Amino acid sequence: MSLLIDRDGSITDRWTRVEDDAALPAGPAIVDLARLASVDHAPLGVHLPNSAEPAELAGDFARIALISVAFPSFSDGRGFSIGRRLRDLGFAGRLRAAGPVIADQFAYLLECGFDEVEIPDALAGRQPAAQWQAALARADHAYQRGRGGARASILDARSGADG
Amino acid sequence: MYRYDDFDARFVQARVAEFRDQVERRLSGSLTEEEFRPLRLMNGLYLQLHAYMLRVAIPYGTLSATQMRKLAEIAERWDRGYGHFTTRQNIQFNWPKLRDVPDILDALASVEMHAIQTSGNCIRNTTSDPLAGVAPGEIEDPRVTCELIRQWSSLHPEFTFLGRKFKIAVSASEEDRAAVATHDIGLYIVRSAAGEIGYRVLVGGGQGRTPMLARELRAFLPKADLLPYLEAALRVYNLHGRRDNKFKARIKILVHEIGIGEYRRQVEDEFARLDRAAIAAPEAEIARIAAYFAPAALPERAAEDAGFQRALRADPSFAAWVAQNTHDHRLPGYRAVTVSLKPIGGVPGDATSEQMRVLADLAEWHSASELRVTHEQNIVLPNVALADLPKVFRGLAGIGLDAPNRGLVTDIIACPGLDYCALATARSIPVAQAISRRFADPRRQAEIGPLAIKISGCINACGHHHVGHIGILGIDKAGVESYQITLGGHAGADASLGERTGPGFAYDEVPGVIETLVERYLALRASRRETFLQTYRRVGMEPFKEALYEPAH
Repeated sequence: MSLLIDRDGSITDRWTRVEDDAALPAGPAIVDLARLASVDHAPLGVHLPNSAEPAELAGDFARIALISVAFPSFSDGRGFSIGRRLRDLGFAGRLRAAGPVIADQFAYLLECGFDEVEIPDALAGRQPAAQWQAALARADHAYQRGRGGARASILDARSGADG
Repeated sequence: MYRYDDFDARFVQARVAEFRDQVERRLSGSLTEEEFRPLRLMNGLYLQLHAYMLRVAIPYGTLSATQMRKLAEIAERWDRGYGHFTTRQNIQFNWPKLRDVPDILDALASVEMHAIQTSGNCIRNTTSDPLAGVAPGEIEDPRVTCELIRQWSSLHPEFTFLGRKFKIAVSASEEDRAAVATHDIGLYIVRSAAGEIGYRVLVGGGQGRTPMLARELRAFLPKADLLPYLEAALRVYNLHGRRDNKFKARIKILVHEIGIGEYRRQVEDEFARLDRAAIAAPEAEIARIAAYFAPAALPERAAEDAGFQRALRADPSFAAWVAQNTHDHRLPGYRAVTVSLKPIGGVPGDATSEQMRVLADLAEWHSASELRVTHEQNIVLPNVALADLPKVFRGLAGIGLDAPNRGLVTDIIACPGLDYCALATARSIPVAQAISRRFADPRRQAEIGPLAIKISGCINACGHHHVGHIGILGIDKAGVESYQITLGGHAGADASLGERTGPGFAYDEVPGVIETLVERYLALRASRRETFLQTYRRVGMEPFKEALYEPAH
C-alpha cells in the first residue's frame, strides 16, 4: 500500500492504477498517457511522466477527473512546473503528485496546484502522515504571490498591513 | 541598506530552527548523510576535502559595519579566525563543526543574515555592481531589483529543485562591473526611447566546462513585469532543461540546443498565459524596498580638499593607492575605495577577524557604515570623503590591506582549489601566491597596467578563468597538475571568452609563463596606454603563442 495524503492528512485512495493495456475496473481508473485517446471511461484519471508537455492534455480536460504527475525523485523538480502549468491551462480537476517526494516539499506542491501526494511504501514507512502534517504546520509565510495553497504571501500581508 | 521587517526575521528564524532540528537528527543517526545532504545544501553547508564549509549569503554584496563585525566574531569563535570572500560576493567559513552550525546561523540571523540557497540546484544569491548606488551616471540603484529578486527567489515553491544552480546578476551602469553576461539570467537596467525605466534581459551565460556568454532575450521589459517574466523564463527552463547529465543541465545548454529564438517564443507564450497581476510585486512593495536604498545622507563636501591634496604630495604611496584603488562617486568630494584583499603573496579573498573588525570600524567612521564585497574578491568602502582618505589609508596599512593593486596583475581571482575543495583537480591559491610574489614590485605592476588574471583549480571554473585577460585552468593529467592558459577573456560590458594558447604547463612553470606573456605584451603594445586586453584584441593569439612555445625564435 502506498500512502496518499492531502492537506488534512492521510486519505483513502479510491483510484486504481491500470497497467499498460490491462482491463479497466468499474470505478475510478488512472491510465497511462499513451492510452488516454483510446479509452472511454469515467471517472478517468491519467498518469503523466514529467517529460510530457502539459498543453497536449488541454483538449481532454473536460473528461479527466484526475491527473497524476510523476516525480521520479524528490530532487527532480519538473513536476512542480507541470502542476503549475496545468492549472494555468485551466485544469480544475484533482491533481496528484506521485513518487518519492519528501515532507519538506508538501507546502510547495500545494502551492503549485497539487491537491494530494502519493508516496511509495518504502518512504511512507519512514515518513508517516504525521510528518507531513507537521511539515505543513511549520510552513509559515512565503515571499511569492499568486499561489493558493499552504503559505500566506508576505507581499500580500505587507500591503494589507499598509492599507 | 535593506532592513528586515518582522516577516523577514521570522522567515529566517524558522529556517534556523528547522536546520537545528535536522542537525540533531543527523547527529543522533536518524538521518543518514545521504538524506542529510540536500537539507544541508539548502542551508549553504558543504562537505569539503577536510571539513564542512559554510557559505553565507551577502545579498548583492552589500554589508553593514555591524554585519561585518558579526562575521569577524563567527570566524573567531567557530572557525580558525578568518573567512574567505568569494567571486559570488559571499563569504565562506572553511572549518566550522557541524554541531556549531545552527548557532552560527542564529548569530547570522541576529544581524539579518542567512545561508539560505547559497548552494544546491536553486536560485542563488543575486549579484550586482559593487558600486551600486554610488557610481556616477547610474540609472537607478540596481539593489532594489536585487532585493525584490532575493525575496521572490527565497524558497520559491516551483524553482527550489531545478536541474542545476541558477544565477542572476543586475547592473544599472554602462560600465558593467557585475559580469552580467556570464550569468544564467542577466539584467541591465535601461531607459527606453520613451524614457521609461525597465530591463534588458539576457539569458544563457555561464562558465564551467562549456563557457557561453548570455544572449539577449528581451530588449526591453517594463519594470512591473519583472517577476512574472522571471517565472516564465524559469518555468520553461525547469520543464525543458536537461536532467540526464549534470554538466549539460544549466540553462545555457537548453538555450544553445533549442536556439535563442525558440526559447524566447516559449517564454513569451508562457508569459502571455500566466496571471501577471497576481504574480507581480505590488507597487507599494517596490516603493517600500526602494526607500531602504535611498542615497545615504552624506554631509555636503567641496569638490576639492586641501588636506587631501597635501597628503597626495607628501606621500607617493598614498597617491599611488588613491590613483589605483579609488573610484569616482556620484557626489563631489567623495570617492569609493576598493580595499584590496590581495596583499603580495596573500590568499586572494581571505580576511582575518582583526581585518574584518578594522574594515567595519573604517566603514562606520568614514563610509556611512556600509561595505561591499566585489566579485573580484575585494571589499569596497563606498562613501569615503576626500578629507578622510589619508586616515582610511593609514587604517588599512595597519592591517596589511593597503596594496595599491586594484585591477593590476596581482589582483588575482582564485578559487579555493585543491587545498579546500572536494571538486578541485589542481591547486589554485599557491599559484596565485607565486604569481603575486613574482610581480611584487608596485612600479612594475603600474607599468604593466590593467591585467586580470583568474585561476580555477578545475573545469567548473569558479575562478572565472574563461573571462580572465589571462586565464589559468588547473587540471589533473595522469596524476600530475597541468595548467592550461587562455588569453583574451573579459567580464565587462564588451565581454569575451578566452582562447587556449596550447598545451598546458607544470605547476612550477606557471609564474614564468605569466612573465613571458607580460614581457611579450610590453614589447607588442602600441603605446603605454594600450592595455593587455587591447593589445591581444589587436594582434591576436599568434605572437603570444610563439613566445610561449617557440622560445628559440
